[in-house]
Amino acid sequence: MRRDYAILVGLLAAVFLLPAFDRNIYHLQIVAVVGLFYIAALGLNLLMGYAGQVSLGQASFMGVGAYVSMILTHKRGYLQQWLGGGFETAVAWLSGQSWAPGGLARGLAGAGAVLVGGADRLNQFAIGHLYIAPLIAAAVAGLIALGVGAVGLKLRGHYLAMATLGMGIIIVKVFEAEQTLTGGRSGVYGIPKLWIFGPPADPSNYKLFLYYLIWALAGVLVIFAIHLVHSRLGRALRAIHSDELAAAASGVPVMRLKLLVFVIGAVYASLAGSIYAHLDGFIDPPMFGFMESVTLLIMVTVGGAGSIWGALLGVALLHTLPQVLTWAKDYEMAVFGLILIVAMIVAPKGLAGLLDRAWRAVWKPRP
Amino acid sequence: MKKLSLLLLALAFALAAAVSGCCDQVADQNSAGPVALAKADQGAAAMVTSGRTQTPSDQAETKAGDAKPVPPAATKPAPADAKAPAEKAPAAPAAEKKIPAGEPIKIGAIFAVTGPASSLGLPEKQTVEMLQEKINATGGILGRPLQVIVYDDKGDPKETVNFANRLIQNDKVAAVIGPTTSGTSLAIIDALSEAQIPLVSCAASFKIVTDDAGKARKWIFKTPQSDSLAVEKIFDYLNQKQISKIAIMSSADGYGESGRDELKRLAPNYKIEILADEQFGPQDPDMNAQLTKIKGTVSKAIVIWGIQKAPAIIAQNAKTLGLTQLIIQSHGVASKTFIELCGDAADGQVLPAGRLIVVDQLADSDPQKALLAEYKKEFEAKFAPDKISTFGGHAYDAIMLVKLAIEKAGSTEPAKLRDALETIQGFSGTGGIFNMTVADHNGLTKDAFVMVEIKNKDWAIIKP
Amino acid sequence: MDFLLESLPQCLINGLTRGSIYALIAIGFTIVYNSTDAINFAQGEFSMLGGMIAVSLAGAVAGLGLVLPTWVYVPFAALAVMAVASAFELGAINPARKAAPVNLVIITIGGSILLKGIAMLIWGKDDLMLAPFSAARTIRLGPVGFELQSVWVWAATLIAVVLLHLFFRRTIAGKALRACAQDRTAGALMGIDAGRMTLIAFALAGAIGALAGVIVTPLIYVNYFSGTLIGLKGFCASVLGGMGSIPGAVVGGLAIGVLEQLFGTYLSTGYMDAFAFVVMLAVLLVRPSGLLGEPEGDRA
Repeated sequence: MRRDYAILVGLLAAVFLLPAFDRNIYHLQIVAVVGLFYIAALGLNLLMGYAGQVSLGQASFMGVGAYVSMILTHKRGYLQQWLGGGFETAVAWLSGQSWAPGGLARGLAGAGAVLVGGADRLNQFAIGHLYIAPLIAAAVAGLIALGVGAVGLKLRGHYLAMATLGMGIIIVKVFEAEQTLTGGRSGVYGIPKLWIFGPPADPSNYKLFLYYLIWALAGVLVIFAIHLVHSRLGRALRAIHSDELAAAASGVPVMRLKLLVFVIGAVYASLAGSIYAHLDGFIDPPMFGFMESVTLLIMVTVGGAGSIWGALLGVALLHTLPQVLTWAKDYEMAVFGLILIVAMIVAPKGLAGLLDRAWRAVWKPRP
Repeated sequence: MKKLSLLLLALAFALAAAVSGCCDQVADQNSAGPVALAKADQGAAAMVTSGRTQTPSDQAETKAGDAKPVPPAATKPAPADAKAPAEKAPAAPAAEKKIPAGEPIKIGAIFAVTGPASSLGLPEKQTVEMLQEKINATGGILGRPLQVIVYDDKGDPKETVNFANRLIQNDKVAAVIGPTTSGTSLAIIDALSEAQIPLVSCAASFKIVTDDAGKARKWIFKTPQSDSLAVEKIFDYLNQKQISKIAIMSSADGYGESGRDELKRLAPNYKIEILADEQFGPQDPDMNAQLTKIKGTVSKAIVIWGIQKAPAIIAQNAKTLGLTQLIIQSHGVASKTFIELCGDAADGQVLPAGRLIVVDQLADSDPQKALLAEYKKEFEAKFAPDKISTFGGHAYDAIMLVKLAIEKAGSTEPAKLRDALETIQGFSGTGGIFNMTVADHNGLTKDAFVMVEIKNKDWAIIKP
Repeated sequence: MDFLLESLPQCLINGLTRGSIYALIAIGFTIVYNSTDAINFAQGEFSMLGGMIAVSLAGAVAGLGLVLPTWVYVPFAALAVMAVASAFELGAINPARKAAPVNLVIITIGGSILLKGIAMLIWGKDDLMLAPFSAARTIRLGPVGFELQSVWVWAATLIAVVLLHLFFRRTIAGKALRACAQDRTAGALMGIDAGRMTLIAFALAGAIGALAGVIVTPLIYVNYFSGTLIGLKGFCASVLGGMGSIPGAVVGGLAIGVLEQLFGTYLSTGYMDAFAFVVMLAVLLVRPSGLLGEPEGDRA
């Protein structure tokens, strides 16, 4: 735990000092996005490394974060339009039915108007208080995770992987198909900037502001994760990972704990996704698709599941590789596949495991 | 413990420095001429291996283009062009072949060379590299060599943003062309607008150049014909044929969705009624469910909006199910590959297309003909026969527009370049004749399209 | 109502064709699952490779100036993909056989990405096509029309199921595989080499995948990523039927195919793609062991 804190302090110091030496937006954006994906990967890492479960839909939680935050803060008012359109269709259908009394249709229209008005006020409030949107989004993602986790964690085995696979594809399908709510497949442009303390006098430093915001959030979430892992709960989780039956026999509420970790992971991803939406002001459904979920899985695996820092190594590696290997795009896919296989065979604990072994070999812990 | 954190601090710094160092180094490597050329050759090899055998008639087509004398400068009626001297003419006398000197003019390009949109992005990259070579062999721009720095974003908006930042911050380009798809283009509008560097996009959606209020975005231009123009061309044709009841089928992707929106928006203007509005997945094994539904309507035509294989599967399924409706495709299938994929079901389909694919059927008086024939000939000679696509043409137009604007402005300063871009009139490109204005940053009309029918597994212009 | 009655037979026929493809893929998932407890996410890529190899063979034969019917290529493609699948098992699955099933799943995802990447390098990014198995294209029975290739798809599925049944009931290897599927430890005690069983399972899954790939390519073409979606749908089918049951895989595949068609024709084509996954989630909620799977009592 002390080592984790030391690493965190060193890391944050390096990241926070970097802009003093290098104001290049290109570099800062890469480091910022690494921070975002680290948050999402850390959530997945808790699930995989400590609860021994795979999620194939982590990117879709990022999507929930991004889309809910976008819907709440976009000045075009997607939620009002969607609700309004839905009620209009329903009312039109109902008034065409002979069995329905006219009052029913009118009542529905009234209820629709109230809801649309509420949505509008929520929209205005979120535009005025931008910090609220990522929090609501995280709550939505947590609720979805609760439902899906309850289905997928009921039994032992691959059921969570199956459930999250289906969930991820359905969520992205909703982003695509509900055009009035989400902007559809062409994506949404013009998501407001996330000045959570209100816009400053000089708005040209937005990227720098988000850079600090992202890493500050990452710091907080890492501290939370460190404490989670080293708490009673963390020990119980590790017990589950090594022997589920024995853990259950010792009175560990196996399913509830797994569900808790899954929900925490979803909230992490959602927060990252929300900020991601406000970073460049553009999102589209494929950014949160199945392949992105697989990429997050690769990041955690290559970095090392079960280590707080493994996910960071994995994210940093997978984000900088495409930038460095611009000449090898055609081979990129084959190389990624190969890395994944080799990593799983040679170093099932990932880069973090390798480093840890090297560390122990060089630096003998004092008794 | 203190020692440890200090050590880690140093390590983190080293890592960050290494990352930025690496990225920058590769940036330089990428922009170097020989590397770019080697990559182009590789691309050509890949095209040959993936290309299918072409029919004799196609080869004849290439030859026909070959035989014609090509005086492009003379065919350009544009007053704006008059300022640009004959150095643009590739067939100009040898005296023009002066070697460009001085600081190179840097233009950035981002294309989806790999990934799902690679059939669009690869010809764009090839075209750009071909043009760079040609421009530099004929005197460059303002006497300076042109250097195009090409990055591959795989169609992933995340990478597009990174590369856009890199072009702005590290490469310090005068303008950016691309990206290939509408999503990736929208993703970098902010970055370029804030950096005040003009972008000439190669993607279709009209949202790229027009904001929510309907005004043109100051720094953003684009070369492909907007979907709305193709829709208007199709509706004109339907009005002519006196067809008013149609069904539409759109692909479940950005291209299909944008087309669907335009079809539904413009239909009332042309008194056209949409009886069925179906969608299909670009990777679906069959489209029978959608077609069965449409078969149950009294529609007289089906308008299909999709790219690559799905529209071909629809044509085949429609034939199998015995549908009698006229099949109208979008301009997204205007490639020979599509006809091959359709097999027996190819003939009889109608679509709006840029003039590039029917260049040998154009009247000699067509202002675009000479340019198109030349581009087709050069591209197919350099890369693969019969592989010409309108997408490469979008990149061609983008580079030529930027070149023209630099020459007009007499400067590579982004602000002046942007102002010049906005005033380009009568520029004859592969996509049509561009007339940029303050309100219109695409500059094309529906006349950029011709209606073509597939006859005997080849394109045939439908005479209006 | 008229529309419903008129189009129903057409829907069922089309659903059957689609479902047969899913069923073949689902069988591949099942065979591997039974011997390793892992979901083989490279199954869709096995069928993509089958299609690709048949296209290349057809091209090579055409280069010699010959024209052979397409079905001739099925055994060759199957053998080639069997070799690839075996190599994958030996190179990637076997070295990690002691790892947790979770790690095996990640390895198969890596295999899927690797195979896609290699296919892109070899065959490029365009859609490739293959001639139908027989020259005549369409069949028309009253209001119903379908491609002759569909008949081939049904026949191939049927034959594959019968052959597999014989293999599992009549051969020593088949019986050993079944024994291992029931209880691996007991199988090992009886002298069954689990490693070899896994190899056989992968080879079989490769062959089935290749068969599916070759018979559908004339209908839907093939490109380097065309295996992914079909693979995922096949996976849904095997979950619906019950992971680990071959009859379940067939029933699940056909059910998903027909349900998709019905959903698309009578409800919404916008959500048609996602419908299989909705079905899968519903199955996991209501009956996690699937339609024909044996209920696993392992409550967490």
